[in-house]
Amino acid sequence: MSPVATPARAAPAAPPAPPPFDVEAVRRQFPVLAQRPHGKRLAFLDSGATAQKPQAVIDAVTRFYDRDNSNVHRGVYDLAERATAAYEGARKRIARYVGADPREIVFTRGTTEGVNLVAQSWGRANVGAGDEILVTGMEHHSNIVPWQLLAAEKGARLVVVPVDDAGAVHLADFERLIGPRTRIVAVTHVSNALGTVNPVKEIVALAHARGVPVLLDGAQAMPHMKVDVRDLDADFYAWSGHKMFGPTGIGVLYGKARLLEAMPPWQGGGDMILSVSFDGTKFNTIPYKFEAGTPDAAGAVGLGAAVDWLEGLDRAGAEAHERDLLAYATRRLREIPGLRIVGEAPGKAAVISFVMDGVHPHDVGTILDREGVAVRAGHHCAQPVMERFGVPATVRASMALYNTREDVDQLVRGLQRVREMFP
Amino acid sequence: MSELTDLYQEVILDHGRNPRNFRPMADATSTAEGLNPLCGDHYHVFLRMDGGRIADLSFQGSGCAISKASASLMSQVLKGKSAADAEDLFQRFHRMVVEGDASQADGLGKLGVLKGVADFPTRVKCASLAWHALHSALRGETTPATTE
Repeated sequence: MSPVATPARAAPAAPPAPPPFDVEAVRRQFPVLAQRPHGKRLAFLDSGATAQKPQAVIDAVTRFYDRDNSNVHRGVYDLAERATAAYEGARKRIARYVGADPREIVFTRGTTEGVNLVAQSWGRANVGAGDEILVTGMEHHSNIVPWQLLAAEKGARLVVVPVDDAGAVHLADFERLIGPRTRIVAVTHVSNALGTVNPVKEIVALAHARGVPVLLDGAQAMPHMKVDVRDLDADFYAWSGHKMFGPTGIGVLYGKARLLEAMPPWQGGGDMILSVSFDGTKFNTIPYKFEAGTPDAAGAVGLGAAVDWLEGLDRAGAEAHERDLLAYATRRLREIPGLRIVGEAPGKAAVISFVMDGVHPHDVGTILDREGVAVRAGHHCAQPVMERFGVPATVRASMALYNTREDVDQLVRGLQRVREMFP
Repeated sequence: MSELTDLYQEVILDHGRNPRNFRPMADATSTAEGLNPLCGDHYHVFLRMDGGRIADLSFQGSGCAISKASASLMSQVLKGKSAADAEDLFQRFHRMVVEGDASQADGLGKLGVLKGVADFPTRVKCASLAWHALHSALRGETTPATTE
């Protein structure tokens, strides 16, 4: 041993603990929130449709185009190498964030494309006449229609797990409805229209006990919670970048490697092949087998930046903040005469759908807009949910970690104005 | 900036709450559907023509105050009109609401209260939905009309 004292080899430095969650500091990172529509403070309560983007994400996309842009996986020059490194680096960071292997991270355009990919590739190979696809009554159209297309082609059918009056599903119904013909269970992690957080880990365990794989629609879950796909043991987990503070046009399909490897390609083109001849084509390995054509590299880089940004936050603090917002908004909305909340399941994300007696959601939306409050009014691409609750549409206030009680107060003042105009 | 009260005038609120001619029609000579699938507004328009004139006009369905009031006012104004007059009013209404030509309001009678809609671009499709359904009914078209 050397007589000179050397420092003991340090363990890999743990990342510094993020500072305690501070909503005002977070808000300052979102340039869009500073504007004043109709001369009013902006209360953006439509993050369920798309989330706003922090400066770090905007900068990452700009930087990519400023400095690193070229086509990925194709050039031998320095720029191409950097672009590829940025794209693949994003894949690695996203994989680590959800507890997956990078080979299991397929870049898509968004959740919709992820579900379609599974329905068309895995589904066509594994679903046949008389088979069943199990979904729930609270799915977004994007987790219904791709399965209907598959079912129509194959002579299979959709079986629907009912939603109770509070907006929850019950494990007993899954137990009852997963049968010998069930080929896949496709369930949303968090309902976009009701806010319900489903017991997906238990649903996965139940389905696996019967040998049935599960696809989870994570579009509404990713913005609100840290998701570990291995912990959930999901077979497929699809989500969108733009709802989790990343750019539009990019999303991810996570799939277990052994499933992805066994699946036939979906779209054909460049980048998804090893060799092409008119006698036959050898397909690339996963995930590239599912990434035909030039990908949205800047989008992937932006999504990687969103993941980095989220990892720099005190997530427990952010989740506590959102729970407070949900509880506060629920309490305040109940003060409005004739207002009914649609979806009051015990476990909810910070999303509140509601209707008001004597006034249509679109009229509510227009009046709120003039008060600087942005909400969604409509059927939220979940018409079966609207039908289940006997309403043509709802108003939805969907909150994110950058919202405040002030936003909720502004919403309530706007709704009081609605009541004045539609007594 | 236009005010909310330019859009939600008393007449519109009244017709939205208590729509006139809001009923089915057993002896309709033609019917048509108006559907805006993204927003969910959905109406059926019923028409009874008699000697080239609109003898009766009614509607049913669901939607916002603007779409309902527009349909209700339309049903009142067009009843008794010839098909040619109805077409003329349809064109005027379109110019007022879609193109924002406020001068059209003069020739539109009580329909003029809807001119404020032009300043709310996201709501123009609401005000014009029933009109497009009527237009389809007059022409005997069978596919649902939409303004989205």
